Amino acid sequence: MDSATLKVTTQATDGYPSGHEPVHNYLREPRPPDDVRGLARWWAWIKLWGLTVDHKRIGVMYLVAVAIAFSIGGILAIAVRLELFTVGPTIMDAETYNRVFTMHGIVMVFAFIIPSVMATLGNFLLPIMIGAKDVAFPRLNLLSWYLYVLGMAFAIASIYTGGVDTGWTFYTPYSSSTGTFVLAMGLGVFIAGFSSILTGLNFIVTIHKMRAPGMTWNRLPLFLWSVYSTSIVQVLATPVIGITMLLLALEIVLGIGIFDPALGGDPVLFQHFFWFYSHPAVYIMILPAFGIISEIMGTFSRQRVYGYRAVALSSVAIALLGFMVWGHHMFTSGQSPVSSVVFSMITFLIGIPSGIKVFNWVWTMYKGSVWLLTPMLYALSFLFLFTIGGVTGIMVGALAADIHLHDTYYVVAHFHYVMMGGTVVAMIGGLHYWWPKITGRLYHEKMGIASAILVFFGFNLTFGTQLILGSQGMPRRYYDYPDMPWLQPLHQASTVGSWMLALGLLIVLVNGLWSMRRGRFAPGNPWGGATLEWTHTTSPPDMHNFHRTPLVTHGPYDYAVLFGEASGDGHSGNAPAPVPDVEVGAPQQPDDSFDDGTQQPH
Amino acid sequence: MDATQAIAVDHAAGHGDAHGDLMLEGHDGKLHPANLQHHFVSAQQQFEASKLGMWIFLVTEILLFGGMFVAYAIYRAWYPELFESASLQLDTVMGAINTVVLLASSLTVAWAIRGAQRDNQKVLLWNLVATVLLAGTFMVVKYFEYTHKFELGIFPGEHFELAPGTIDVTGAEVTGTRPVAELAVEGAAGGEHAEEGHGREGPIFSNPRAGVFFSIYYVMTGIHGLHVLIGMVAISILAWNARRGRYSSVYYTPVENVGLYWHVVDIIWIFLFPLMYLI
Repeated sequence: MDSATLKVTTQATDGYPSGHEPVHNYLREPRPPDDVRGLARWWAWIKLWGLTVDHKRIGVMYLVAVAIAFSIGGILAIAVRLELFTVGPTIMDAETYNRVFTMHGIVMVFAFIIPSVMATLGNFLLPIMIGAKDVAFPRLNLLSWYLYVLGMAFAIASIYTGGVDTGWTFYTPYSSSTGTFVLAMGLGVFIAGFSSILTGLNFIVTIHKMRAPGMTWNRLPLFLWSVYSTSIVQVLATPVIGITMLLLALEIVLGIGIFDPALGGDPVLFQHFFWFYSHPAVYIMILPAFGIISEIMGTFSRQRVYGYRAVALSSVAIALLGFMVWGHHMFTSGQSPVSSVVFSMITFLIGIPSGIKVFNWVWTMYKGSVWLLTPMLYALSFLFLFTIGGVTGIMVGALAADIHLHDTYYVVAHFHYVMMGGTVVAMIGGLHYWWPKITGRLYHEKMGIASAILVFFGFNLTFGTQLILGSQGMPRRYYDYPDMPWLQPLHQASTVGSWMLALGLLIVLVNGLWSMRRGRFAPGNPWGGATLEWTHTTSPPDMHNFHRTPLVTHGPYDYAVLFGEASGDGHSGNAPAPVPDVEVGAPQQPDDSFDDGTQQPH
Repeated sequence: MDATQAIAVDHAAGHGDAHGDLMLEGHDGKLHPANLQHHFVSAQQQFEASKLGMWIFLVTEILLFGGMFVAYAIYRAWYPELFESASLQLDTVMGAINTVVLLASSLTVAWAIRGAQRDNQKVLLWNLVATVLLAGTFMVVKYFEYTHKFELGIFPGEHFELAPGTIDVTGAEVTGTRPVAELAVEGAAGGEHAEEGHGREGPIFSNPRAGVFFSIYYVMTGIHGLHVLIGMVAISILAWNARRGRYSSVYYTPVENVGLYWHVVDIIWIFLFPLMYLI
């Protein structure tokens, strides 16, 4: 073994802007000893990543797993849309269709969207944003990844064994008598639930106990307020889906009859149990997205996020109110009219904290220097799409309207506007925003903008038409619409929209993969952000995040303090902080006196 | 990660082997408390984080059982007479013995923590052992309760063996299957069980929905029993480590946390016992 080949593997920092080279790049350190070569080296790498307790590596592993789940769920969605392209059978028979839309729902909800932002960006950013070396329980963090993968393996295995045809909600008594693999699926959900609980528990303890000196609650980045609220929901709600799935499994295996009216049980109890988890779970899905939008809005408006405390506390308010509205999924189930009225009223209350957020984000841009890069385009898409999702949610939350709209495409469109238009769009925006931090490379800006435009228009074409379809009476989960042939053009528009959307998402994927090889190396703080991951670490961060525990002396959006200009917050003049005057990705001026990646050239 | 090198430190030497090495040299060349994990700033922070984590975990436990308590409450409200007559089948004496046993084990586990805090290794170790033994006693009593019920044909849900001649909820008449007939004869013959009033007698055997109560009974006590078993394993590991002198007033976080867990297992039983056996 000669020394020349050894050199190649050890030089890793070449190409980073001068003064911004990571010292112990977490992607490459710890690494196998240099004298391990060939296959053994691959195996050593797999062991290092597979047994890592580094929150950043675990976040990246989650990102890969979640992306795989999203692709599977997405392909199933394309198949569903394709089937509805024409009246009558198009590409599959009715039973296959039932399984395909069920698997789409289960994979997207349990394998993709619940862990999506929390476990990827949350894992990666939380300790860095509070100035800690890692989460409080790093080994538990790794365990939660393995539990998630195990749960997902169960879910995906049941696709090969014939799938499940109950819909993602597993309503009894059908789910305990259908004869498909509900048992394996329920077990998968049960196991994945543990992963979710452990992540939430870990994050709560980390935020409470591991904050760096000076990182007060009022200096916590808004992303972390969202993560914190989400963690509370995960911890309080997930055990209930655990026991529900356990009871369902016992019902199938032992016939315990708790949900079986023939034995004195009550199937509606299953619905209550299920939604007691699954309604709060929609806030597990959307709350972290709110956090991402807050970060992007601040940085790309160059202005302090308006109404910091209101935005922070509205996350907590949504998390708590979210536990009291599950009955609005059951307006037609025969629950008492009194409880329906109460559930409906509390549902309207959710509109208040959500509205607070939307208005504050809009106000953050007012008189700011809005910088239209890809993350901001996604954030603006989010504002538009989430508002539609929220307002249609108020409509289906109204008792009288819901009797008409229940179980139609209107509901499907509503929750896709929130889940996909909200969470997925925000997550993609966040991935673009933090991509330089995660990979050390900049994505391709033009590709990013193209994808944002395609996703926005494709999404509206797909689901905007479904709002109309639903109000025209197209029921959800139906295989065919032979007695409503006039709906066919709308279905076709929706299907074409799904192709456009898929193309946009494909560009995101290509952009990511391309940038990892060819993207320009990123400086420590390419966007001029003011949170610790930008100001106190390199891109990508070192394996221990910080060499010293940082001392936090300013708020998360004090761009003016950091970049020496007025901030437009009314306290220091009316001008926003300047847009960083850099060609993105160009090496920044090295500063010999002090280098923490914060320098912005003027 | 980096190899840490154990070195003898003067103030640790006094306590000798009982504590192991109190300080280790980290890769920064400085001395750190041996049990302090790398990502924590201080032992205090680590202890508080672990304890908060445990409390949050216990909240999830309460919610897990909460779902089952809700099911209990609903069906009790729906079928009050059924629950009343079904609970007569449960052995109050055995349940009471188990309650006392579990309460005693809560005492011993608390005593063990006190032992660790006062560096009394003997108190720590023997109280942990006593806790495991008491937990074992609980499971043995539970075993006898369960097997007795199985003998009588008291199974959960659809497997509950109704008395012959009962009209079940589907409207069909129960024709005595062979094991039930035998059991019925056994009960009528006035065996040992019948003397205690725990044979196949009482209105519950002709109530077509009897299975609901026993489903909830088996699921709740079963999952509770599973928690007792997990606790036994955890406390055994603690005892093993305590024997090797791993815990002291400086570091006893695992003892404290498992102790908290054990108290919750105890408290859940304190609610289960009256709800199932007494009312």
